[in-house]
Formats: sequence, structure tokens, C-alpha cells
Amino acid sequence: MTTNVLMFYLFSSVIILFALLSIFTRRILRAAVYLLFVLVATAGLYFMMQYQFLAAVQLALYAGGIVVLIIFSILLTHHIDHKFENPRLVNVLLGCGIAIGGTLLAIPVIRSFPFKAHDIAPLDPSMQTIGNQLLETGKNGYALPFEVISVLLLASMIAAIVIAKKGK
Amino acid sequence: MIQGIPLTHILIVSTIMFFIGVAGFIIRKNLITMLMAVELILNSVCINFVVFNRYLYPDQLQGHFFTLIIVAIAAAEASVAIALIINIYRRFSSIEVSDVSEMKN
Repeated sequence: MTTNVLMFYLFSSVIILFALLSIFTRRILRAAVYLLFVLVATAGLYFMMQYQFLAAVQLALYAGGIVVLIIFSILLTHHIDHKFENPRLVNVLLGCGIAIGGTLLAIPVIRSFPFKAHDIAPLDPSMQTIGNQLLETGKNGYALPFEVISVLLLASMIAAIVIAKKGK
Repeated sequence: MIQGIPLTHILIVSTIMFFIGVAGFIIRKNLITMLMAVELILNSVCINFVVFNRYLYPDQLQGHFFTLIIVAIAAAEASVAIALIINIYRRFSSIEVSDVSEMKN
């Protein structure tokens, strides 16, 4: 068993284990920290696939930004040792039933489809390639989604400030 | 691609993660934990895009850019959602879903 395979199974077990924990823990702050572990392990998967820029974005934005935002809002709205009541049994059964049923339905379909991994020379996902493609308008260009996403970010920033501002 | 790992294994991991997110969305009745479950779902979809890009079309970067854009949208969504949650908390002193039902009746 090579290091690659070992690392992959390590990351996937971390992802699944901590995702389960973040759903089932009764302390909300711990749930946020478990979510952080899941996101960091996902960044590890991206590193293993040699998308370093994407992994860095995942670490900086998700693990650094969104989790900190969530933890701040938890601290603003809950006591630090707040514990949930146990969820209703109907909800637990419904949620677990849908999850297990969906997984059992999806996995055989995935396994039966003959995916063929291509061995063509991979495009080097360096910063230069990413930057060029992000601002290109022709083939393999993503200038329009880039502009749209920047407008969306501006709009959501203004919206968040307006909503959270203390009214008179 | 990751040497020695077939595509289906990564897809199975992301499928399990997706359905854990769905289960969390149904089980929990707290707005912040529901937001966290949505983040799990988005993250598993991101893994799918990246894996398909890397294994099936390694000479392009479409899945890569899709994931970049999903991450940006997730950040925008989280910021607006948390602003709403804090506003709800200010008004109702609680962010349990069952307590926020003023427009129901």
C-alpha cells in the first residue's frame, strides 16, 4: 500500500467521521469545529489531486472565512456551553432513513457506471493558466462568470450590512 | 489523478458526505446547524466537480472553475444567512426554527 492510497483513505475517513460528528454532536461549538476538520480534509484531497490553488482557496475561504463567521455567530447567539435538546425521534428516523436510502441507491449506480480515467497529459493548473483562463473571453475563457461572481459578492456584502445593521 | 485510487472511491466518499448533509438538514432544528449542513452538501458537490475534472478531462479546467465559483457563492450565501440569523435573534431571542413562526398564522 503506497503513501498515496494511505493518505486518501485517511482523508476520506476524516471527512466521513467528522461530518457524522458535526451532525450528531449536541454542542453547537463542537459542531463548528468538526466542520472545520471536514473542510481541511477536503483541502487535503484537492492537494492530492494537484490542484494547489483550489486547495489554498478552500483553506482560506472555507476553513478560514466561513467557519470563523459561523463561530462568531454562534458566540453571538448562544451560551458557550449550550447543549441542544435531543432532536425528535421522528426527525432522526426520517433523516437517517433518507440518508441511508439515498446512499444505498446512489452507490450501486456509481459503481456500475464504467468511468474511464483518461491518461492524456494534464493541463498544468498553475497560477498563470488560471489567471489567463479567468480573464479570457474565447474558448476556455471564464470572463463572464468571473464578472458575475464579483457583482454577486458586492451585492451580498451590501445586503449583509443592510440586514444586520441596527434599525432605529 | 491520485495514483492507485479509482474514480468511484472518491465519488462514494462525496456521496456519503452529501447524504450526511441532507440528514443533518432534516435532523437539526437550529438555523446555524442547518447552515452548516448546507455547507457540507456544497462541499461534497465541489469534490465531485474537481474529481470529474481531474480524472475524465485533465486537459481542461472547467470543474476547477466551477468549484472556485461555488466557493465564492457559498461565502456570499453564508454572509447573508448569518446576517439574517443575527437579525432573527435580535427580534425573537432564539434561532430555533420552531420559535420563528410569526408569519405562519
